[in-house]
Amino acid sequence: MKFSILTRERIFALSLLTPCFLFVALFAFYPILYSVYLSMHKIILSLPGLGRPFVGLDNYRALFHDRIALHSFINTMLFVFTTTFFEIVFGLAIALVINKHFMGRGIVRAAILVPWAIPTVVSSQMWRFIFHDKYGLMNYMFFGSDTSAYTAWLADPGTAFIAIVVADVWKTSSFAGLLILAGLPIIPDDLYEAARIDGASAWQQFRKITLPLIKPAILIALLFRTMDAFRVFDLVFVMTQGGPADSTNVLQFYGYKKIFAEGLMGYGSTISVMVFLITLIISVFYIRMIGMGMFQEKGR
Amino acid sequence: MKKINRILFYITTFIMVVLSLLPFVWFVGTSLKTALEVTAIPPVIVPAGTLDSYKSAIDEYNLLHFVKNSIIVAGSTTVITLLISIIAGYSLARLRLKYKGMIMGALLLVSMFPQISIAGPVWRILQDLGWLNSFHGLVIPYVTLTLPLGVWILAGFFGELPEELEDAARLDGCSHFQTLFRIMVPLAAPGVFTAAILVFIYAWNEFFFALLIMTQQKFQTLPVGIALFQGQYTLPWGEIAAASTVATVPIVLLVFLFQKRIVGGLSAGAVK
Repeated sequence: MKFSILTRERIFALSLLTPCFLFVALFAFYPILYSVYLSMHKIILSLPGLGRPFVGLDNYRALFHDRIALHSFINTMLFVFTTTFFEIVFGLAIALVINKHFMGRGIVRAAILVPWAIPTVVSSQMWRFIFHDKYGLMNYMFFGSDTSAYTAWLADPGTAFIAIVVADVWKTSSFAGLLILAGLPIIPDDLYEAARIDGASAWQQFRKITLPLIKPAILIALLFRTMDAFRVFDLVFVMTQGGPADSTNVLQFYGYKKIFAEGLMGYGSTISVMVFLITLIISVFYIRMIGMGMFQEKGR
Repeated sequence: MKKINRILFYITTFIMVVLSLLPFVWFVGTSLKTALEVTAIPPVIVPAGTLDSYKSAIDEYNLLHFVKNSIIVAGSTTVITLLISIIAGYSLARLRLKYKGMIMGALLLVSMFPQISIAGPVWRILQDLGWLNSFHGLVIPYVTLTLPLGVWILAGFFGELPEELEDAARLDGCSHFQTLFRIMVPLAAPGVFTAAILVFIYAWNEFFFALLIMTQQKFQTLPVGIALFQGQYTLPWGEIAAASTVATVPIVLLVFLFQKRIVGGLSAGAVK
């Protein structure tokens, strides 16, 4: 049988995509469906004799009455909002700075990228040590040698939460900055020139010219940062283990604890499914705001 | 006015650089302190400059063993992801195919999955296959999660190459496959290299799946080792700082050497 050139090209194109499809289908999409399946069964790893009885939506009903789950959800949302807010603000500042041409820009860029490149586990241990109640730099900076005033930052619910926010903002602001930088259009100098002649202040120029033009870039940075903040895990695992009093317990950590520490594969999977749905809704919302153009253009 | 702006700009830049580097410099300093200095109250600013913590991290905490595992896992992830991304990226950028936009969008979705939504099933699949606590058991999820990044970057690079080159190669009688590997891949080498750096950094730094899949110390990677460092009575902060420095120095070197590529690659993966 003879195929036309176009058909042959399509077959070739598909065969080149096959390995990629296989990985993504087997280890990303199938597991999502499998999570839905697991969430409708009662499965306890430590009790294999129990089998896996089908329980319908019981696990979901239990989840809605689970106060720690609700608490983790609120913590996660709070974490997402505060970190993305500060990261976008600092990221914007970083983008505006590294976008300029000046001597040593390469080194400044590299230095600002260091926090992004450091393994999260390392930066978590680092911040845990900086917030240490006895040997930490934070106490030293605030109270100097007055050791009686030293605070156990990570043992207090309020300050522990602030500590993980600080650690995350430090680590990812530069990445947010890069995302914004990538979307920074070349804004013609004439625009600013004209604004200056009309007597616009620097702040007005920023608000009326720069900000509207970089809005798409900021939205994309927001999307990426929001999704990433949702899966915060390493920081919490290393710095606080969700404590004290669940004040830093977040959804991914709670799900991990239920599935792997307590072996509640069925119940834990309801958390997995809910987290997936929440992030899906948020990303669809963002992508509609940004516009689908970005995919279509890419796929040509 | 212009001068004041300039000075302000330099001050802002300076503060940014200091804030970015200071916490880590402090931790590196901690790794160079003696055991007494590490636990001094209030903290000692200037370390004695001893390598004791490094020696102890190597001798008592098996640091080099974790380094070796990390190199194996991150290295194989990088090679496999790149091979698959090259052919997939080429296909999506240069060949006639339907639903390209949808495929790229689906890949982007995968890169945004919260890991917890697939963690339980991935763990079960690996358990059924008997692949928990094995290098390939960790490399497979890593390849899956880094493919979107690799494909997006490489599709971007392939897409920008001029069409005439490919046509010329075809006229000379090259098959699709020859065109890809003899003509296109060498031309897209900067993209391949950029993707390699980013995938390597991802796999080197990843913690969540490594924690789930590698429960035996024999297979654990550096991040897992560092997160679970535990002394007999207290936390060995000097050793943790030393291991952290060892885990970070290669990555920081990559950043300083290839800052331009990383900036370009990250933005290609995100917006274009």
